[in-house]
Amino acid sequence: MDELYREIIIDHYKNPKHKGEIPQSQYKFEDENPLCGDHLEIFLKTDDQGIILDAGFEGHGCAISIASADMLLESIIGRNIEEVKGLTKQDILNLLGIELSPVRLKCALLSLKVAKAAIYELNEADDELVE
Amino acid sequence: MDVNEIKKDFPIFNRKMKNGKHLVYLDSAATSQKPDRVIESMNHFYRNSNANIHRGIHELAEEATHLYESARADIADFIGVTNSKEIIFTRNTTEAINLVAFSWGRRFLNPGDLILLTEMEHHSNIVPWFILAEEKKITIQFIRVLESGVLDFEHYISLLGKHPKLVAFTHMSNVLGTINPTKKMVELAHQAGAISLVDGAQSVPHIPVNVDDLDADFYAFSAHKMLGPTGIGVLFAKLLLLESMPPFLGGGDMIKKVTFDGFSANTIPYKFEAGTPAIAEGIGFGAAVNYLKFIGMQAIEAHEKELTAYALNCLDDIEDLHIIGPGVEHKGGVISFYIDGIHPHDIAQILDTRGIAVRAGHHCAMPLHSRYHIPASTRASVYLYNSKEDIDALKAGLLKVKEIFK
Repeated sequence: MDELYREIIIDHYKNPKHKGEIPQSQYKFEDENPLCGDHLEIFLKTDDQGIILDAGFEGHGCAISIASADMLLESIIGRNIEEVKGLTKQDILNLLGIELSPVRLKCALLSLKVAKAAIYELNEADDELVE
Repeated sequence: MDVNEIKKDFPIFNRKMKNGKHLVYLDSAATSQKPDRVIESMNHFYRNSNANIHRGIHELAEEATHLYESARADIADFIGVTNSKEIIFTRNTTEAINLVAFSWGRRFLNPGDLILLTEMEHHSNIVPWFILAEEKKITIQFIRVLESGVLDFEHYISLLGKHPKLVAFTHMSNVLGTINPTKKMVELAHQAGAISLVDGAQSVPHIPVNVDDLDADFYAFSAHKMLGPTGIGVLFAKLLLLESMPPFLGGGDMIKKVTFDGFSANTIPYKFEAGTPAIAEGIGFGAAVNYLKFIGMQAIEAHEKELTAYALNCLDDIEDLHIIGPGVEHKGGVISFYIDGIHPHDIAQILDTRGIAVRAGHHCAMPLHSRYHIPASTRASVYLYNSKEDIDALKAGLLKVKEIFK
């Protein structure tokens, strides 16, 4: 019971390691999930080769959306932004290690959607980014 | 009123939730559960009397028409309306308000006219007016809500000084639970020369409402929040207004005569009811109001008052939990709250694992949430089938939430 709220998720929610704006970040994007009032902004700083040197987020949301943002950023630091473009829904679910209902899936995928929109330098984030 | 006996009338309470839990249903402000006799009234119609209504010259058509029109009469009686022609069937409250904005608003509002809403409206009593404002260049102003969750009456009176054409407000807030002094507000609107529209989606299901006595010009509500089916609602409007208003949707049933040159509209209420309506749902709606009459709206109101007082008291013990909305003396059985540091979605999700259904989000009232500077809230709402045990389960669930997030 309450397996959704594994200790690791609560820990990332309460003590996120990557919360905070990254100065001089080349990529940033913000979006919200109006259904639940979640708001997320992601900052990515890369070197000339596109390797992510640092990443951060600002915003507020539920435990699932904040934990997924923190875990996603943790997993992509040191990787090339091209690799992030290839990340999918399943990668996020693997990070979280839980099953989610369709409504909660939106919470979990907000961070990947925002990160991809930042990398593609879009004006608007589309759900298709995380299909 | 015996809640255990009442629960037996609602078959959904026989089911088990995941983890084998009983259903603790605290989401009636979103939609209510349905008693057997409502479900059966619709089944019976489809099995025995199904036909299209009006105009038909055969036994089934006559029976169907009789059942549908009897429901209209029962609903009129239920809200204290003497003339059942003043009951227009719509899809729901939202469509009823849209009907007024589209038909009355387009005909009678002119550029520069002012209409008043309140800060506690849900989207269905805001957006139709925004749409109209864009088209007709009218102005909208919002009567303020005080921190305590009641309307700022001084502000209302000062806004009336600007001679609004319409005052549209909710009888009972779906977030704060606030019951507005509707009769007084209508009276003041009339004194200022304004028409009144009252959103009764939350009030008609839970407290005795007499629309004739309130003297409201328009009054809207939905069946599905008061034990009836989805897909049917009511717009009450005074006959004189209905006579002055152009039709809403065009089609069958709303016409008297159609030629290649044009049409003439049918009599009221049919003028506003184009196409084949939700016949079975109308009959189910009639069964719902008859069930509510049988239990008694005063008994239901008293029961919910007691439960609300009990719930407010229970939740008050939980640290970092903040209730928004007034005290029990000014509200119905809607309790919205937030807990510092825990998102409403997480609260609702953890409660769900215990079979407890509450709502998390903005409850279709985003402006009201921004007025309270919170992105969302959790809402527990009660009805005649809820008991103190349900509130105890809610409290235990919330303590579990606190433990998980400690």
